[in-house]
Amino acid sequence: MDTSETPVPRTDLIVCPQCDAAWTLARPAAGERAICQRCGTVLITPRAKAGKQIIALSIAIAVLILAAAVFPFLTISAGGVTNSVSVLQAALAFSDGPLVVLSLATAALIVFFPLTRVLLSLYVLVPIVRDQPPARYASQAFRVSEALRPWSMAEIFVIGCAVALIKISDLADVSFGPAFWMFSALVLLVIVNETYLCRWSVWNALSKPAAS
Amino acid sequence: MVCMERAEQTGGIINARDMGLVCCRRCAQVWPDTTHRCGRCGHRMSVRDPHSLQRVWAMLLMGLICYIPANLYPMLRTRTLFSVQQDTIVGGAISFIEYGSYFVAAVILIASVVIPLAKFMAIGFLAISVTRPSSVSAHQRQLLFEVVEYIGRWSMIDIFVVAIMSSLVQLNTLVAVQPGIASLFFALSVIFTMLAAQAFDSRLIWDVQAQSEGAQRHE
Repeated sequence: MDTSETPVPRTDLIVCPQCDAAWTLARPAAGERAICQRCGTVLITPRAKAGKQIIALSIAIAVLILAAAVFPFLTISAGGVTNSVSVLQAALAFSDGPLVVLSLATAALIVFFPLTRVLLSLYVLVPIVRDQPPARYASQAFRVSEALRPWSMAEIFVIGCAVALIKISDLADVSFGPAFWMFSALVLLVIVNETYLCRWSVWNALSKPAAS
Repeated sequence: MVCMERAEQTGGIINARDMGLVCCRRCAQVWPDTTHRCGRCGHRMSVRDPHSLQRVWAMLLMGLICYIPANLYPMLRTRTLFSVQQDTIVGGAISFIEYGSYFVAAVILIASVVIPLAKFMAIGFLAISVTRPSSVSAHQRQLLFEVVEYIGRWSMIDIFVVAIMSSLVQLNTLVAVQPGIASLFFALSVIFTMLAAQAFDSRLIWDVQAQSEGAQRHE
């Protein structure tokens, strides 16, 4: 076989993606962390049973996103008039003329990107946790999920709610719908999920069939 | 914490580039530097992205250009029974000062004016600093880069606040809030600034330091 066609990865080394420092790979035990000693970037953070916990959290997050998107989110009342909106309605507030683009972008940032990330990570992780070979295109799926990470902004939306409430509270009475609490819980789960996930371990699991 | 050993025991910390290797920046797999596409995740790789700074400046310029109309045009249009009020970002903050809510005004000014401008300057500084020896250490610049990358997404909070206000405050004839055209430009400005930060190849920060350390050793 022509070696120039199929390059061989160096699995004995780990290179920091932030500063390009090369290290001899030493795998930390569960609960330990491997950190780049030049720039401080966390390279590997394996956790015991992380896979199952992430799958459970991901399912919970997917359900919460769907529920929080459609149930009433905030209710406002002043002078006998009330109005309540869901998260999707809030996202689609930019409805006139060129602002429609912004509506679609907002809906993507706070509902569809977080949902896509959760579904992709389920697709990638379920076979790995069940000790089966990775799903088809699992590497590509995980790559897309990682690329979407900065663009999934559910937690920013929640803080945005707090700011909007401060601004409105002089104007009218605001009360929280069921979706508000669901969305708040969702944000906590998203943050916990992020800290459980060791990306190096997932990539390592995904590269196994190619090696054998 | 696990301490990993240097890949080569001679001298200081060695770069993957100097070993003839390239690391996939998406999945961290290490390949010989003749590989252009990662065999594990399919991400494009380069030892150093030659167009990194060019893309950083292009995106940063777009972000700056969009930031100007974002401040000139109204962000919110509030219609009450008797009047229609259009507020720009700074105008909104000033009206909060007039009402005596200094805290809200400070939050708006910091989140929508100070932080975006600081981000523009920080990214510009990083892009200039990797082309010449810098007096700011690589550690501090790496930290600055991580802060800018982390804070970038949070600027979208302004857009979400406008979205929540203008969908929620729709009380028939009493009061209605509508988004202004500035919200579109502000969102574009945030997105372009995020893309500028993502285009920056942080490995460049450490290259210049390695070069200057090498030069000192030779002297």
